[in-house]
Amino acid sequence: MYFLRRILFAVPLLLVISVLAFALVHIAPGGPFDRERAPASPEIKRNIEAKYHLNEPVWKQYFRYLDGLAHGDFGPSLKYRAHTVNDIIAQGLPVSMLLGALAFGFAMGVGLPVGFFTAARRGRWADYAGSFLAVLAVCIPGFVIAPLLILTFSIKWRLLPVGLWETPWHMILPPIALGLYFAGQIARLFREGMMNAMQSEFVAAARAKGLGEKSLLLKHACRIAVLPVVSYSGPMLADLLTGSFIIENIFQIPGIGVFLVNGSLNRDYTVVVGLSLLYAVLLIALNLMVDFAYTLLDPRVKYE
Amino acid sequence: MVIFKRAAAGSRKSEVGKRKVRAAWRGVIFCLLLFAGCLPNSGCVRREPPADVTIINGAEPETLDPAILTGQPEMRIAIGLFEGMTRLDPRARPIPGLAESWEMSPDGLTYTFHLRTNLVWSTGEPITADDVVYSWTRALSPATASDYAGQLYYLKNAQSFNEGKIKDPALVGVHALDKYTVRVDLNHPTAFFLDLCAFQTLYVVPRQTIEKYGDRWLMARPLPVDGPYELVYWRLNDKVRLRKNPRYWDAAHTQSGIIDIVPITLPSVALNLYLRGQADVVWDKGLIPTELVDVLLKRPDFHRFEYLASYFVCFNVTRKPFDDPRVRQALALATDKELIVKKITRAGEQPASHLVPNGTANYTSPDGPGYDPVRARALLAEAGYPGGKGFPRFEYMFNSTPLDESIAVELQQMWLKNLGIHMDLRQLEWKVYLNAQSHLDFDVLRASWVGDYDDANTFLGMFTSSDGNNWTGWKNAHYDALIREANEQVDLTKREKLFQEAETILVRDAMPIIPVYFYAGVNYFDTNKIQGIYQNVLDDHPLQYIRKIGRGPSRLRSASARQGVESRGP
Repeated sequence: MYFLRRILFAVPLLLVISVLAFALVHIAPGGPFDRERAPASPEIKRNIEAKYHLNEPVWKQYFRYLDGLAHGDFGPSLKYRAHTVNDIIAQGLPVSMLLGALAFGFAMGVGLPVGFFTAARRGRWADYAGSFLAVLAVCIPGFVIAPLLILTFSIKWRLLPVGLWETPWHMILPPIALGLYFAGQIARLFREGMMNAMQSEFVAAARAKGLGEKSLLLKHACRIAVLPVVSYSGPMLADLLTGSFIIENIFQIPGIGVFLVNGSLNRDYTVVVGLSLLYAVLLIALNLMVDFAYTLLDPRVKYE
Repeated sequence: MVIFKRAAAGSRKSEVGKRKVRAAWRGVIFCLLLFAGCLPNSGCVRREPPADVTIINGAEPETLDPAILTGQPEMRIAIGLFEGMTRLDPRARPIPGLAESWEMSPDGLTYTFHLRTNLVWSTGEPITADDVVYSWTRALSPATASDYAGQLYYLKNAQSFNEGKIKDPALVGVHALDKYTVRVDLNHPTAFFLDLCAFQTLYVVPRQTIEKYGDRWLMARPLPVDGPYELVYWRLNDKVRLRKNPRYWDAAHTQSGIIDIVPITLPSVALNLYLRGQADVVWDKGLIPTELVDVLLKRPDFHRFEYLASYFVCFNVTRKPFDDPRVRQALALATDKELIVKKITRAGEQPASHLVPNGTANYTSPDGPGYDPVRARALLAEAGYPGGKGFPRFEYMFNSTPLDESIAVELQQMWLKNLGIHMDLRQLEWKVYLNAQSHLDFDVLRASWVGDYDDANTFLGMFTSSDGNNWTGWKNAHYDALIREANEQVDLTKREKLFQEAETILVRDAMPIIPVYFYAGVNYFDTNKIQGIYQNVLDDHPLQYIRKIGRGPSRLRSASARQGVESRGP
């Protein structure tokens, strides 16, 4: 029941988002067809604007857009005139999703063990080293990590390709560059969660019953400690799956992140609104999944 | 994930717990399958022959529709797919294309083109004079909404038709006399008309496909083309793959079997891919990292070339104090252009004292004033601002690229030092900048112009009073008259004189602009491996001449041999 309500509530939310996105891109000065060179006659620009209904009042354009959406049509891209927004999503989203999923796997695969390890060795040098690395991963931005990775692995050692997205070899560096920040975050969150859990009463009770430290950590603390990571991973996945402007640019990956950013720079109205909606849908869906995962993981949580 | 399982299993092994664990695992497996399902689409597994030549081409093409495209990255691909009455030789001069020959009437107003009789689309249907008429009127039709329709305004009634003032396409000055003859009527003699015929807007495009698929016609496969290459696929932001069109009339001379064109805009990425051998040619001029220009230009595979483009500063002459030509001249004289090209741009750009770049066909520019701070101060004093006293603060507007920013800072310093005037810098995002530029909402701004065709008119025409690209508010009836007269002149020497007179007004007397430098481009490819690319002022490179030579994987060579590629020179 609770989840059904949440899903129903998402519809008006998406409408509000679409109105806002639509209004904001139209408010920005300049339009999709403002170019450095003016056409030979002012009539030419009017022809183009008439073709894309940009000469109509904005509310009318919005309803025209909604009508298209209802038919599953995100409209034509105004910058990439040969393509529709549906084309852009169909071609870019799978690439971004694969990249994001690999990055997610990397972040989890590295972040969780590091978090666990540092928590288990709290106060010792391994804790300090691990925590330091985690903070480092969080602090160094992707546009520094990515070129460093390329420089080392691709230019210096010639082990991996410098860019493009073709074979599995091409899919090693970008997920690492993209996932490192999240790995650091997860390590910190998980360590924090473990520390808190270790101080809670049920752990003290378990310890009093004579449970070993190892099984305390693995069987009791972990389960509670992973909750902050789970709630963090919803928005994180939405972020990862919709692509990254910087990483896609640096590695020349044909994902969707580049379109979202360039779309707003180009005033490509349909692309910006369409991709914003896509992002919103993913975010809502993943948050819902996170809440659902809570009910599975934490017996104390129940939604009514 | 393992931790989840253990944690869950560690709780009391009740039935509920087990069910939850199973549900969680099912979720995980479902997700994995979902992503695995995405793999084939995302190109994880690609079985395709390697390209003979891979070219890095700058921005992702906005479209490949010849009537609609406007940018150079698009043009460089379309040049391989479609052809016009004429085409460009590797040095960018017009030679016979789909038309085998033509005649011009003595008054220069009528061209009669004779099409080759063996022309077919890549799908086998014949190409006739009707296709030419269709293509040109389509580009002009308001419904096509072509940005560059102006390239056809030289035709009789073309502008009125494009503006919707006349509805009947038959009134436009292009007609099919018979199956292989096209007659073109012009408004006035146009010296560069044969160059225009090789321009993308005037390419001949497949009528049936366009009428069938509308705006989506480029997605049709097979896509009928009349150029040397067919479109195999076009993946957004990934790659455009072209394959030799065996039905092209001159297919015997097409040099390469498969060409991949990769869109990349980050110079460091382009350089990395090139250095690692993942690309053979990098040819968009912005694709050399500015920090490395000095080092890279010394390498034999980096080629510097001049092309038809100017960088200049525009005054808004409708605002004080820039309504006074003496002020404008003073600022121009106080600009050390030599320093800008030596210190900032560094790719071998030439400092400019006039607008039309050196090397433009049939034209030599009059020299404008050089760097003379003493005279500059005198002129400023004459205009009422001795030593810059009383000169209002003004703004210099530019868009956000590092190069423009450096130049802005340098100008600010120069003018303060030489004239004692204070300038504020106003950096704007591109679209905001364009908006301000077209609404004359600025004091002074940076501007640049790349020639559309190899002729002085593409630069001088834009400063006529009514031109949409005259970003200065400057209007001069005498200048307008000179340009008009020049464009109606058939005699090339007389035409040059008229243009020179006009440019003298522009860069010596009125000075609504300060020419700063002429662009230099850099492209890079190893001449020992790649042949058929020639530097030219338009920076256009017909694809059919390009080929890879020397050693390469044998698979590659046999692949091209199978496709009947001959390795004769162009």
